[in-house]
Amino acid sequence: MSIKPVESLDSVVIRFAGDSGDGMQLTGDRFTSETAALGNDLSTLPNYPAEIRAPQGTLLGVSSFQLHFADHHVLTPGDAPDVLVAMNPAALKANLGDLPRGATIIVNTDEFTKRNLAKVGYDVSPVEDGSLESYHLHPLRLTSLTVDALADFDLSRKDKERSKNMFALGLLSWLYTRPTTGTEQFLKNKFGSKPDILEANLAALNAGFNYGETTEDFAVTYEIAPAKMQGGAYRNIVGNTALAYGLVAAAHRSGLQLAMGAYPITPATDILHVLAKLKRFGVITMQVEDEIAGVGTAIGASYGGALGVTATSGPGVALKSEAIGLAVMLELPLVVVDVQRGGPSTGLPTKTEQSDLLQAMYGRNGESPCAIIAPQSPGDCFNAAFEAVEMATTYRTPVFVLSDGYLANGSEPWLIPDVAKLRQIDIDFTTEPNDVDANGEPVFHPYLRDPETLARPWTLPGTSGLEHVIGGIEKADITGNLSYDPDNHDKMVRLRQAKIDGIAKSLPDLVVDDPSGDAGVLILGWGSTYGPIAEAVRLARKDGINVAHAHLRHLNPFPPNLGEVLARYEQVIVPEMNLGQLSLMLRAKYLVDVQSYTQVRGLPFTSIELAAVLSKATANLSGAIR
Amino acid sequence: MTTIDLGMPGAGTFGVPHLHEDAPPLNKKELASDMEPRWCAGCGDYSILAAVQGFLPELGLKRENIVFVSGIGCSSRFPFYMNTYGVHSIHGRAPAIATGLATARQDLSVWVVTGDGDALSIGGNHLIHAMRRNVNLKILLFNNRIYGLTKGQYSPTSELGKITKSSPYGSVDRPFNPVSLALGSEATFVARTMDTDRKHLTSVLRAAAEHRGTALVEIYQNCPIFNDGAYELLKDRDEAEARVVHLEDGQPVRVGADKLVARGDSGELTVVEAEGADMSRVVVHDAGADDPSTAFQLSRLDDPTMAHIPMGIFRNVSRPTYEDLVHAQIDDVVNAAGGSATDADLGALLMGNDTWTVAD
Repeated sequence: MSIKPVESLDSVVIRFAGDSGDGMQLTGDRFTSETAALGNDLSTLPNYPAEIRAPQGTLLGVSSFQLHFADHHVLTPGDAPDVLVAMNPAALKANLGDLPRGATIIVNTDEFTKRNLAKVGYDVSPVEDGSLESYHLHPLRLTSLTVDALADFDLSRKDKERSKNMFALGLLSWLYTRPTTGTEQFLKNKFGSKPDILEANLAALNAGFNYGETTEDFAVTYEIAPAKMQGGAYRNIVGNTALAYGLVAAAHRSGLQLAMGAYPITPATDILHVLAKLKRFGVITMQVEDEIAGVGTAIGASYGGALGVTATSGPGVALKSEAIGLAVMLELPLVVVDVQRGGPSTGLPTKTEQSDLLQAMYGRNGESPCAIIAPQSPGDCFNAAFEAVEMATTYRTPVFVLSDGYLANGSEPWLIPDVAKLRQIDIDFTTEPNDVDANGEPVFHPYLRDPETLARPWTLPGTSGLEHVIGGIEKADITGNLSYDPDNHDKMVRLRQAKIDGIAKSLPDLVVDDPSGDAGVLILGWGSTYGPIAEAVRLARKDGINVAHAHLRHLNPFPPNLGEVLARYEQVIVPEMNLGQLSLMLRAKYLVDVQSYTQVRGLPFTSIELAAVLSKATANLSGAIR
Repeated sequence: MTTIDLGMPGAGTFGVPHLHEDAPPLNKKELASDMEPRWCAGCGDYSILAAVQGFLPELGLKRENIVFVSGIGCSSRFPFYMNTYGVHSIHGRAPAIATGLATARQDLSVWVVTGDGDALSIGGNHLIHAMRRNVNLKILLFNNRIYGLTKGQYSPTSELGKITKSSPYGSVDRPFNPVSLALGSEATFVARTMDTDRKHLTSVLRAAAEHRGTALVEIYQNCPIFNDGAYELLKDRDEAEARVVHLEDGQPVRVGADKLVARGDSGELTVVEAEGADMSRVVVHDAGADDPSTAFQLSRLDDPTMAHIPMGIFRNVSRPTYEDLVHAQIDDVVNAAGGSATDADLGALLMGNDTWTVAD
């Protein structure tokens, strides 16, 4: 128990920043885990360069991890950090602009050498020239304190220095009264086979904690009470893991073998990593020669009766387009996960964006409709993936899951689903003739559709008597024979579209959060902007601004009541991390003049920014002030 | 990787349901679909289709467990004419789709039908990787050295200088030797045969079907419309006899009646007169040789003038298949855990190792 005074806070945003080799992601992860264990609600955002090891000490090489935790429901990783831990001058310079005056800065002065300062264009150390006096600055010799603490260890200086992130973690854990037992256990698991390194890391962690307790640099410690959250078992989860688990859970509930074909691509690769480990669940992962083979193997597996899945990012979807069109034509289940990143071309591989919506909608030759689902938070990736499997198998169609880099790597506490309550997914393979010919003899027609869903039969090779050939050439309605007939093609194009449109019948209505019931402005988002928008709405309402909020999960088809919702509001604002792709779709379909608010900086919106947009919009409303 | 003992690889059709031994075998007619083939008159594809339909019943497989997967091109029409399961997919991707299918379903006999453009141009990447992985696919590569369906452009096997609609001044593209490519891609079974030699074609198909793993069969196939006569020299019995390099396991490699293939001073292969040949230098064919170097050298005897054309099975070695290894890893884990995953296993996965509980 600390002997220093304890101050209570309701929420804190901490950003750990350092060189990409400094272990900031790990430090952030561990602090997150400690915080989750305390029962705070939280949200995280890692931000790292595309290069694995960018030049040391440069702005390009700065890697950071931001964590927002609170005694209440947390919707975003936080707009601006209250605390910045900067392991070198580059980390300070790269992040200082995001800090409000009065924020706390902890810097590792050992790294503020002439050389390192010069690398980022500082003539004089900002720690010494008074330029940081409007902040709470804690200049600490983190590296030498760590090395001193490890004086008795028979390790090289370099190895000792590497534990400085644990020293920093120990110090922050003390400052915010976090327990370190979880981290100790984590280190034991990670370095079990290297006792020297393990002991050094434990000692550094401990030294950091004790340093806080004994130094006069820090006068108080802080505590943040647990948040009020729905009862149940929680864990912290990142979007990519949740998405992979959603696929596995759906495969388990459907009895299908999950077969994933994939090619590594940032930021989707972790889905492959997670699934490759899950042989216990019969999961087949095929890391294949390219993106096209990734979707090709998935289609082949689906044809064979497995649950074919591929996961990629925007550039990969571009390569897969033709094959996704084949799956549209074959009318086989397929889940295509697109973890969106900054584009076009290679773009910003490690940054987030929502610019693949139109690619998922229209990025194929011909009239080639696919269903699209977008998760709204890291944990929600589980539900989105599960639902995508249900939809793909029910309607025998490719379904896109549009995640993004922010959801993929961001984390939040996740209320672990009760397996017993996961919906059953019934798979109905056709094993018998499904029609009669002109003579009344039983026959099998591979394109005879279910009248309700318009899905065609899913019939597996190995089924006696139902042998048939499918392919990319246009089919005759019902029989599935090759057909170049104009009227038939027109009919089939419309049938494929009607099948996707008809999914709307099974979708829940869009729920609008409009507590007063008479708001004039509706803010409508999709995908990962949920957190910043919801937080902005909360801030706006705090200021007495009356706004309604809705969030789209189904992008194709839209929920059945969307047109009616849009018509109800005088103004509809659609924030997107693209140049207005959803806005384009809404205007085209509903002839509503939605107001597009866009930003493509590779970073999520801040809630303050969106709250200002709402404030302006309500002020401009015609008629009475609402 | 954990070492997994798969035992001796079985036959190519091991695990695929067979007809009951008392049941009458399939006949050729039962394997023909009711669709009339729409290849040009005189196309080599007809004879290959007939050979495949004629030989498949020998395997004793249930018809419903046979799948033909193709891409785009004249040859890729093949699945439509087979009364089996089939997928006519997109250009070049058949090996990828077939890999997914074969990996998901080990109870199927999966055949890929492709052409020189489909397999070696647009789909080259999938082809080499299927062979490298040794997926249990039988790949029939119809090589007519021309693009037929797009009406006559040079293909990746067209000879240098070839005049076509897209190379009016002669092609400047050096062609692939598909057999060399396959051997370089770690293929475990590589053979060459010809559309008009039904007996040889059938014997090669039979060996390919027996092989467990990827079998790449290059079939010289004549396109009577856009590249007629590409293999004319081989249709004349005497010309063929003088040029064909006969690859017969355990036999000296013979060219025509009076020549042999022998190893020169630098290790190169040359064609020598049989009479007076140093028999210690004559190459005795060994398709099962672990080292593919000699097979590769034999493939290089082929040249644009068709002076020597090796025919037969270049390589036929045993190596675990991709899908057998994939399933062995899964089965190992599942069996060690005592059977298929249960709801409790899923619950444990979702729970992870770092959880906390919030009271209601």
